[in-house]
Amino acid sequence: SHAVLLLQVENVKLLDRYANRRAASGTLYLTATHLIYVDASAEVRKETWILHHHISSVEKLPLTTAGYPLLIHCKNFHVAHFVIGQERDCHDVFTSLLKLSQPVKPEELYAFSYNPKMSKESREMGWKLIDLRLDYQRMGIPNDSWEITDINKDYEVCSTYPPEIVVPRAATKAVVMGSSRFRSRGRIPVLSYLYKENNAALCRCSQPLAGFSARCLEDEQMLQAIREANPGCPFMYVVDTRPKLNAMANRAAGKGYENEDNYENIRFKFIGIENIHVMRSSLQKLLEVCEMKSPSMSDFLTGLENSGWLRHIKAVMDAGVFLAKAVKEERASVLVHCSDGWDRTAQVCSLASLLLDPFYRTFKGFMVLIEKEWIAMGHKFSHRCGHLDGDPKEVSPVFTQFVECVWQLMQQFPCSFEFSERFLLELHDHVYSCQFGNFLGTCHKDREELRIFEKTHSLWPFLLQRKQELRNPLYRGFTAYKELQPNTLPFSFQ
Amino acid sequence: MEFAELIKTPRADNVVLHRPFHLAVEGTLCLTGHHLIFSSRRQDNAEELWLLHSNIDSIEKRFVGSLGTIIIKCKDLRIIQLDIPGMEECLNIASSIEALSTLDSVTLMYPFFYRPMFEVLEDGWSSFLLEQEFELLSSVTNEWRLSCVNKEFSVCPSYPAVVIVPKAVDDEALRKVALFRHGGRFPVLSYYHKKNGMAMLRSSQPLTGTNGRRCKEDEKLVNATLRSGRRGFVIDTRPLPVAQQARAKGGGFEQEVHYPQWRRIHKYIERFNILQESFIKLVEACNDQSHNMDRWLSKLEASNWLTHIKELLTAACLAAQCIDREGASVLVHGSEGTDSTLQVTSLAQIILDPRCRTIRGFQALVVREWLQAGHPFQQRCAQSAYSNSKQKWEAPVFLLFLECVWQIHRQFPCSFEFNEKFLILLFEHAYASQFGTFLGNNESERAKLKLPQKTMSLWSWVNRPEELSRFQNPLYEANSLVIWPSVAPQSLHLWEGVFLRWNRLCRFLEEAEEQKISIIKYNKELQAKVNTLRRRLAEIEAAGAVRGQP
Repeated sequence: SHAVLLLQVENVKLLDRYANRRAASGTLYLTATHLIYVDASAEVRKETWILHHHISSVEKLPLTTAGYPLLIHCKNFHVAHFVIGQERDCHDVFTSLLKLSQPVKPEELYAFSYNPKMSKESREMGWKLIDLRLDYQRMGIPNDSWEITDINKDYEVCSTYPPEIVVPRAATKAVVMGSSRFRSRGRIPVLSYLYKENNAALCRCSQPLAGFSARCLEDEQMLQAIREANPGCPFMYVVDTRPKLNAMANRAAGKGYENEDNYENIRFKFIGIENIHVMRSSLQKLLEVCEMKSPSMSDFLTGLENSGWLRHIKAVMDAGVFLAKAVKEERASVLVHCSDGWDRTAQVCSLASLLLDPFYRTFKGFMVLIEKEWIAMGHKFSHRCGHLDGDPKEVSPVFTQFVECVWQLMQQFPCSFEFSERFLLELHDHVYSCQFGNFLGTCHKDREELRIFEKTHSLWPFLLQRKQELRNPLYRGFTAYKELQPNTLPFSFQ
Repeated sequence: MEFAELIKTPRADNVVLHRPFHLAVEGTLCLTGHHLIFSSRRQDNAEELWLLHSNIDSIEKRFVGSLGTIIIKCKDLRIIQLDIPGMEECLNIASSIEALSTLDSVTLMYPFFYRPMFEVLEDGWSSFLLEQEFELLSSVTNEWRLSCVNKEFSVCPSYPAVVIVPKAVDDEALRKVALFRHGGRFPVLSYYHKKNGMAMLRSSQPLTGTNGRRCKEDEKLVNATLRSGRRGFVIDTRPLPVAQQARAKGGGFEQEVHYPQWRRIHKYIERFNILQESFIKLVEACNDQSHNMDRWLSKLEASNWLTHIKELLTAACLAAQCIDREGASVLVHGSEGTDSTLQVTSLAQIILDPRCRTIRGFQALVVREWLQAGHPFQQRCAQSAYSNSKQKWEAPVFLLFLECVWQIHRQFPCSFEFNEKFLILLFEHAYASQFGTFLGNNESERAKLKLPQKTMSLWSWVNRPEELSRFQNPLYEANSLVIWPSVAPQSLHLWEGVFLRWNRLCRFLEEAEEQKISIIKYNKELQAKVNTLRRRLAEIEAAGAVRGQP
């Protein structure tokens, strides 16, 4: 390795949880970016690389006869159990890892030092690989009803939206600005996906600042404009993805949800997906279940049930299915929000798009979907993934859940995705790896300030290069399946 | 008896058939002696449903006005609903089905009436004789012999006429040992591990009773399978307290004093009534579509089905481990030696012996370890998960075995020559079939019923090339290794192919299967092309070399 070596420890054992083989014995190295373990006992050189950014926790366990154990949990769910001969060494590794795995300043992130030896031009080309304008063009936008506007170029409408957004042509600047004042953090209703066949649109926003009785004319006009952009349907859905109780509690804080009486021809609906804190603790419980030492079947199933993880996955999937059905079968436009419209809303909008449009099930299309619904629309990757040492209460597996929903769809429709499970795993790893700039920061403005487009590389060209190994051999092509209608009965989840 | 007497209304029109994931269809319902036949008359999509009466597990009737509804629950777990106009017709049909699906005489069953529409290339009744098995064995060892001590089925009524036993033990001794073992099931060879010469024996419990009876011949028999100075393992599929209680009823277990070279391990596998209960609970959970996720998971857990799967696989792995890793011989038994014993010995062979993972070898395994070994199929498979009967001997013992094979198959998708469909086929035919293979409880009963003469064997049909091709696993690559399955709960899944088969859309999964087959076919074509081109290149090079020489 050409990287700077920070620490080298000999006589380290790596325990293998599954094979009953003798534990490996070898050398542990720490570089600025990785922990590297070289197994000296194996016949062929075997290396284990763990990225510091992937480490979610390091624990020192009580002394055993074999030495000082160090347990490392990774954000990609890898668990490594080392045993180190000397207490001093163990402590050094422990403190070094604590520091290395919790960078404080963004500049310390791997992406800013990662150098794949690539020309400036190809790096810049990489960032241009995914062009959202092309995707809107694919949907036929701009058209008579929808336009791409740069009204947010100075982030005056919303600081967490991208400079360019898609809004109804009928919505004037005054309507947009007015609506932005009435929506939490200015996240106004914008188009996420237009189903070309019947003009039904999938739109997203944050909760309205409605409190118990507040109204906003411009916001009402905004919704009217969205509804009227789809003349084929006399009404539109407004879907709040939160449990009703949570939404009601928000009213007391001057936020809340749309009052059906104030908006013309809307059908309001709650879909109870739990918040980031519930999801975080659900994952924690699930991981504890998976780490039980020789559990009985009953322990495992009870633990699985108590974790609630599959219940949440089903809730997200159900919501995606509801949106796709509304758009396709009822020909109705749908406006989706949760609280801030960057977690649950991102999950269900991207899932519905994936169900409706086979393009998003290709390599390129899936990248567009992630760029559009997650990165551009301000899903706070940095906070949700805990890239930097920060508030642990902001961390939540929202994106992980989305990836699992896609995986569940793959199980039901094995021939409808161009990419394989490995692609999803690779993507999931890189969301946490901070090796590429795409998932750094929290929103477009943030990424501009971090100058990631100048200083880091985009993940997408690297993944496309490996298309051959990440493709799904069973894929039957773009035209084989149009809309997917997954089964969401409990037993269809694995 | 004439079936006609039982059929009061042989035909009803304007009957509507409802099935999950299918549109309701209207058509005509006919009852024959062995089938319920529904045919829709729609021109565009004429379809027929043939259901064996013996496949019907239970039937319910309901009335709304004069419209009657019959709900038929089948042993293959499917549920169909028939709406029949006319109260009398409906009642007649329901009572006929009830009578025809519960005939108590074996000789009235369909296999005795079935006339095959195909040419028999190979008579399945003689495809898997123990003599052939012994020939294979003789090519690697001469420590064993074929014994005909049971040729009249008098020594052990549930054993076949010939068995394989250690050469050192004569028939006279076998007769004595039979008296010392429950039901006469003396230890016989189940599997010989060529790699290290270790043997797996199976039997029933020894009849030690409360006063610790012993049988020198029995000790000699089992010890004959040990290498000098080596130990063997007795795997008892009951927990120790149960084995101890069995002594009061004349049963018991091998005591250390009399079997000093053997170490006994108790590995608990549930008995049949518990398994049946678990089966019923699981199927109930799978058919209830109103659950939320929590209820589904808790019902799945409460059924305990996957726990039984885990226990079974664990015991089989243990037996395989003793043989392959410890290099020890193994004797497996529970009480009767006809259920859990066979589950363990047959699964251990799936793990150890690559031959059992071929289609032919798997059939041989089912014949040898289940049919010939006297698993009481007729009793165990008389009813399935929808039965209300209070009979005590029904149990999904064979289904559990098939599911364990499926679990291993899932973990080693390239190591089996057959596919999931083949396992499902065996499940179906064990419960209801046009073939005689799974009739009777043992070889003695089959001989008395003259099944080989009077009925067709499932193997005669399945081994025809056109049928066999449907059961090939496209991913198969012969793997000569021992395969160790994981028994961690995360590794065990619900067998959707059986339990959710009628409750889910299969189209997309079937398309995936077709896609796999066509990719592999294409790959083979390309491989053949490469070989031809390589050969041509070699020829050209050789020709060039000749020309290039001065």
